Amino acid sequence: MNSVGLFGLLGFGPDGWGEALLVGAAMTLAVAAGGFLVGMVIGAFGAWAKLTGGPVIRTFADFYTTVLRGVPDLLVIYLFYFGGTAAVSALARTFGADGYIGMPGFVAGVLAMGVVSGAHQTEVFRGAFRVVSRGEIEAGRAVGMGTTLRFRRIVAPLVLRHALPGLSNVWQLVLKESALISVTGLVELLRQSQVGAGSTGQPFDFYIAAAMLYLAITTVSGWTLRRAERHYTRGARRG
Amino acid sequence: MRTDSNDIAVSIRNVSKRFGGLEVLKDVSLDAREGEVVSILGGSGSGKSTLLRCVNLLEMPDAGEIEVAGEQLRLVPRRGDTGRRADLKQIDRLRSRIGMVFQSFNLWSHKTILENVIEAPIYVQKRPRSECIEEAEALLSKVGIAEKRHHYPAHLSGGQQQRAAIARALAMRPALMLFDEPTSALDPELVGEVLRVMRGLAAEGRTMLVVTHEMGFAREVSSRVVFLHRGVVEAEGAPGEFFANPGNERLRQFLRQLHQA
Amino acid sequence: MDIPFLSETFYALLTGVPLTLQLALLSTGAGAAFALVLAAMRVSRLPLLDAAARLYVFVFRGTPLLVQIFVIYYGLGQFPAVRASFAWPFLREPYWCAVLALTLNTAAYGSEIVRGGLLAVPYGQIEAARAIGMSRSLLLRRVILPLAIRQALPAYGNELILMVKSTSLASIITLMEITGIAAKIVSETYRIIEVFVAAGALYLLINFALTRLIAAAEYWLTPDLRPASLVPRRRLQENAS
Repeated sequence: MNSVGLFGLLGFGPDGWGEALLVGAAMTLAVAAGGFLVGMVIGAFGAWAKLTGGPVIRTFADFYTTVLRGVPDLLVIYLFYFGGTAAVSALARTFGADGYIGMPGFVAGVLAMGVVSGAHQTEVFRGAFRVVSRGEIEAGRAVGMGTTLRFRRIVAPLVLRHALPGLSNVWQLVLKESALISVTGLVELLRQSQVGAGSTGQPFDFYIAAAMLYLAITTVSGWTLRRAERHYTRGARRG
Repeated sequence: MRTDSNDIAVSIRNVSKRFGGLEVLKDVSLDAREGEVVSILGGSGSGKSTLLRCVNLLEMPDAGEIEVAGEQLRLVPRRGDTGRRADLKQIDRLRSRIGMVFQSFNLWSHKTILENVIEAPIYVQKRPRSECIEEAEALLSKVGIAEKRHHYPAHLSGGQQQRAAIARALAMRPALMLFDEPTSALDPELVGEVLRVMRGLAAEGRTMLVVTHEMGFAREVSSRVVFLHRGVVEAEGAPGEFFANPGNERLRQFLRQLHQA
Repeated sequence: MDIPFLSETFYALLTGVPLTLQLALLSTGAGAAFALVLAAMRVSRLPLLDAAARLYVFVFRGTPLLVQIFVIYYGLGQFPAVRASFAWPFLREPYWCAVLALTLNTAAYGSEIVRGGLLAVPYGQIEAARAIGMSRSLLLRRVILPLAIRQALPAYGNELILMVKSTSLASIITLMEITGIAAKIVSETYRIIEVFVAAGALYLLINFALTRLIAAAEYWLTPDLRPASLVPRRRLQENAS
């Protein structure tokens, strides 16, 4: 195709960007996983608030999910990146440090993805809980299980099982949205391919390579999660 | 093995319960001695399930007292409203000594049959795992589904699931057993296998409170039969008298309706 | 929170709304047309068409939209052949690249929605139409498509809302829709909180308006789901004649 040849360019030789791209992919996975986990904590908490909270708490939770599912993710990333930088700099100034301290793109990315996916995961957990049979929870009460024990042994496993499909969707979403974090300068996969494209003047090759890597990651994720779903629902399917 | 001792196994005194505007139980009293099998009959809306569920406090009575195995359930008035809250630790402790069998089985769908049966003995009663497994397997043999122990509830028929649920209740070594319409959700041909197990338990001398529509069971196995109508005990007595000469008009109507079905 | 600044910003952002809406509506419309084609390929029972459509959907749903935008806007310019072609005046413009990328992306998701709608048409109703002698094209036009569209409407409405959010990515290739203007204001004033609130509120307002419109469209298209008293008599008579 071009001077160095496509495979030379993307390979692992001295001119090759293969290694750099893979490192970028690893960073993508890291920031996505971080965001997803933060979102999981927020989601569990948010579902609990919506299911058992009083009117005030429920209103806050509804406000949170409505806003964060209605506003573009890019704006949220800007919020944490620029806002975080301002906050960190202000904090540093109170300790006497001078000048400009930036909010690392990784942290901004994880927080932004966490807060956005948390809104989605709240709905996933809430829906999953409503599908769980009341009777099975009642049977737990009837044998004398306390609230914590019931949650640990009955409620949480059943909710997680019903939440798996929804969670797997959210994971795919977070994985793809992580490409937006490149605007903060974090060197995840897209940013790395941007660097390569700029450096070699061959944007198509690099962006296609990035696309293929993203495709590989989402596909493998999909397979793994579907296997997990099958494993955890083996009790529920007849025969 | 029937020990007709005079010990009171469960005593319900003047229990009342309302749901919103509807008074479901009005000043109901009921005693059962150890070894007795008490059948509770009534139409829908009579409050019979609610009464049963008050015994292990799945429903909280608004008024009245409940005593199980000699221990008085502590119902403490909740601050700020008219409902009453009981001592949670006491409730959990007593529930672990009361076995309950539900109309819709309520087996835990994410666990195998064996895991269902050993769950409470291990995690609530904190007994050693090997002992619980041994006892569970014996109980599953007793109710006739030992070969299904590593299957999931979804793979069993209704009758098998209910028998598993009975084994689960028995695994707690309960002082008292509650049955909430145990055969109402079963296809007719599966009812017999569950009733067979229940008759066996009665013959062993277990104390049982059974809400049921199965007149045969009520007539042949109970020590006493109670008829509830709109939250009030309209009639009570030994099965012979009860079915042969129903003194109460509402009871007569109820029995007539059942025969027409 | 500086209120005067907040309202100033809000008005500044309003100038980005036309572009946002253009991008969203144009690409969703074109994408829907393409989605119909893809869905038709999927249900065509011709293995080659089915596979091609499946591959397309797989690729476009498995890669980030931003990467797709970059491939089209930055990547295509790499080829002299493209630069010399008739399409170049369009493909060098960020606007058309954004529209193209958004269209191709929404077509993939839309095709699954349409396919779901087609598969959800109750088979009994198709059989009944066949039994009275409807030709295949008549059947498609009078029975299958109307029913499929009604089934797909809620999900497609949702897709439109998602597309509005997706237009924000166009700001990364220099387009001044709402997010683009917002980013510019932030880079000049560093007032991220106010800008976020203003921009967020604007997107939420657009969402709200669109949701209402879609709900109205759904209501209008499904007289059979309303209680009989609410369907205007004239409408019922109309449909009968």
